[in-house]
Amino acid sequence: MAIEVRVPTVLRKHTGGERKVTGSGATLRELVDDLETRNAGLRGALVGDDGSLHRFINVYVNDEDVRYLGGINTPLDDGDSVSILPAVAGG
Amino acid sequence: MLAGDISQAVGDTPLVGLPSLSPPGYALYLKLEGHNPTGSVKDRVAKYLIESAERDGRLTPGSRVLEPTSGNTGIALAAICAPKGYKLTCVMPRNTSEERRALLALYGADIVFSPASEGSNGAVRVATELAADDPDVYMPFQYGNPANPQAHYETTGPEILRDLPTVNALVAGLGTGGTLTGAGRRLKEHDPAIKVFAAEPEYGDLVYGLRNLDEGFVPPVFDERVLDGRIKIDSRKALGATRDLVAAEGVFAGVSTGAALAVALRVCTPRRLPEGSNVVVVSPDGGWKYLSTGAYAAGDLEEIAARLQDTLWA
Repeated sequence: MAIEVRVPTVLRKHTGGERKVTGSGATLRELVDDLETRNAGLRGALVGDDGSLHRFINVYVNDEDVRYLGGINTPLDDGDSVSILPAVAGG
Repeated sequence: MLAGDISQAVGDTPLVGLPSLSPPGYALYLKLEGHNPTGSVKDRVAKYLIESAERDGRLTPGSRVLEPTSGNTGIALAAICAPKGYKLTCVMPRNTSEERRALLALYGADIVFSPASEGSNGAVRVATELAADDPDVYMPFQYGNPANPQAHYETTGPEILRDLPTVNALVAGLGTGGTLTGAGRRLKEHDPAIKVFAAEPEYGDLVYGLRNLDEGFVPPVFDERVLDGRIKIDSRKALGATRDLVAAEGVFAGVSTGAALAVALRVCTPRRLPEGSNVVVVSPDGGWKYLSTGAYAAGDLEEIAARLQDTLWA
């Protein structure tokens, strides 16, 4: 079960410079734990000790912000695409 | 419609049906904010920002206004400030369209550029530094000023409810969060069952070139609790929907209108909205200010979108 994850420039220091990594998991939490085994430091950049997402990071499953799905417990399916983006404004 | 001056011609924009693009069982309506005096939704915000500062005595004749903006707010402020005699400095990321610079120059505003790689967050950073060094400027700060969502709470929201009392969902772009927070809150007070969805622009890597995550920014005026969903739309999808709007409905709108339309089409499913729902999509501006970007030129859509992805379009 492979899920592709897009990583923003600011976090590529944890992925050896790669803009895309793959991992597996039935939930976003499992995916992040799996990614951490090969990309040390990524988990800490995304979630705090209590498991909640950092305020200035947005994680999307199939383009939808997980804060409006199930947060860190958002269920994942094979073939889902996950993106990570820093919070930026417009206006 | 008779207006005593240009500031009184702000708002009361048309809400037009999209019969060709509405999915079966749903009715989409587009609120054409491009019909405001300077051609964007930001005329509402600029008017509220300036008038509230005048009431509070924070703006006096001869004052200089300083504001970070990706363009539309700057142009709207320029039109309000020029006849009142306020000087204006806009801090704007370098990767904004030529038309924005030309219009600001026409209104006599000064432009300070912030690095393209920092997006709007960089404009906020530079403007905050400039304002801290200069006690004589007034920074309205759309990202943190309650007058921004208030403009939408008192004007955009009520106009939607007046024109379409049976509205079931609102979709708008996410920039400062002002439109979604203000209009969304007003609609939910009217009927808590109304759903509110954000269309978030997704750019190329350049715009997310932060050096560390502490440079991330969530505008203080944005109340995330008003949303029922937040969906990102890349330049390719936004551009495709913007062109569909021209071809199918004859509406020439800016790229972020395409993004909002794409989100509206995505949420028109029974899982999210019951069939029969009326969905209002906010079109923040017309397409005029993006012509120079090549967004509407002939050619391969993928290539055009690739060129556009590092230009701020919201």
